[in-house]
Amino acid sequence: MFRTVETISAYYANPQRFMRLAGALHAPLWGVTILVFAVALYMVAHVPDDYQQGATVRIMFVHVPAAWMSLFAYSFIFFASVTALIFRHPVGHVAGRAAAPIGAVFTLIALMTGSLWGQPMWGTWWVWDARLTSVLVLLFIYLGYMALWQAIDDHGQAARSTAILAIVGSINVPIVKFSVDWWNTLHQPASVSRFARPALHADFLYPLLMMALAFTLLFFALTLTRMQMEILRQRARARQMARLNEADD
Amino acid sequence: MMGIFMSLCHQHMLLAWRSGHTTLIVSFLFIAITLMPFGLGPELALLRKLAPGLLWVVMLMSLLLSLDRMFQADFEDGTFDQLALLPMPMELIVLAKSLGHFLALFVPLLICVPVAGLLLNIDASSLPVLMLTMLMGAPALTLLGAIGAALALSIRRSAMLTVLLVMPLYVPVLIFGATGSSRAISSGGEIELATLGILALMSLAALFMAPLAAAAALRVALR
Repeated sequence: MFRTVETISAYYANPQRFMRLAGALHAPLWGVTILVFAVALYMVAHVPDDYQQGATVRIMFVHVPAAWMSLFAYSFIFFASVTALIFRHPVGHVAGRAAAPIGAVFTLIALMTGSLWGQPMWGTWWVWDARLTSVLVLLFIYLGYMALWQAIDDHGQAARSTAILAIVGSINVPIVKFSVDWWNTLHQPASVSRFARPALHADFLYPLLMMALAFTLLFFALTLTRMQMEILRQRARARQMARLNEADD
Repeated sequence: MMGIFMSLCHQHMLLAWRSGHTTLIVSFLFIAITLMPFGLGPELALLRKLAPGLLWVVMLMSLLLSLDRMFQADFEDGTFDQLALLPMPMELIVLAKSLGHFLALFVPLLICVPVAGLLLNIDASSLPVLMLTMLMGAPALTLLGAIGAALALSIRRSAMLTVLLVMPLYVPVLIFGATGSSRAISSGGEIELATLGILALMSLAALFMAPLAAAAALRVALR
């Protein structure tokens, strides 16, 4: 199993081969994403109002998947960075760079929708609660990662430095979570983590899971598109440099 | 090996002192503390209540601002290329530099904390607790800072970027240091052993892991 994964991953370390795969996957992936999104939105539109929260409960169908995706995208960047550093996998670096702004936007959406929900429910836009704080710190980690990519001119060096930062950050995320939990807690505990008997009624659970699937597909579709763009950009740059060198000779 | 380590550390300290970096950072600490009453109002009771947290935050800011000098000067004038040729692993060079940074910048800051605390009307009996938590967190702060400084090494005007990279790493230390000491002070000066233990744990973990990450980042920048 591991051998197969390794072989496949090594095969696509060649950006040329990866681009062929991405080209073939591109249209079907976007098609499925749009379809699942349509179904999920339809399901969410037909969710009954919550007896306590009213229609405000619908914010949760954006908030919860976005919050999941903020962590999922970071894990993706972490695995891409580890692969890129250990196996010297150039597409891994591209994947990390492509996923970062998407993860950051998901994090921002989670924070903003949470704020919109908190205003009527808790009576305030923002509280310094453990979860909110740790998600805010996660946003800063994303911003640091993106800023480092932007600041280093040399592509190879930027790729390796940001990969190291992503790994350091992934050790940091659980520590931040643990320390802010100790510091202050108000947010309700996760209600879907208990898979055997979720605390959520089925009327809410299935639309939520469908939205989560739609968000995950959207993440992969956007990441794939951005990876293609990044590889094309690198090629254009390489050609430009080659042309400049010719002009010099 | 030990000789090289000590001389590297000594050189870093001397450079920090003689270039006036230590004086600048200490002045920053006092300037930031002086600004606090203007922002918060001169009520002594309020300042006394906020003093431990303010001192922790200002201490962190001073340290963050000092980080871009950790490797940058050596990198720019080519000294680092020579250091890389030493028969010594890069991890130990990071440790030597961090120890030098700690002795040249953190220790003077720590010595100034009681005086700065005086300006904020801090309760004298809470100073030992405050300084103890700072000292316990110091290795973690210096070494995590070294990671950020090493990552931003090849970038000019990297101070702001270093702050952005290091700030998330400092959050846990700040939480346990500042909240731990505030709790201890409000409960009559008895610090919980668990708080000190966690700070010590963070420092030990940073001692093992941060030099690896910082050395890897330095190797990338030197390539």
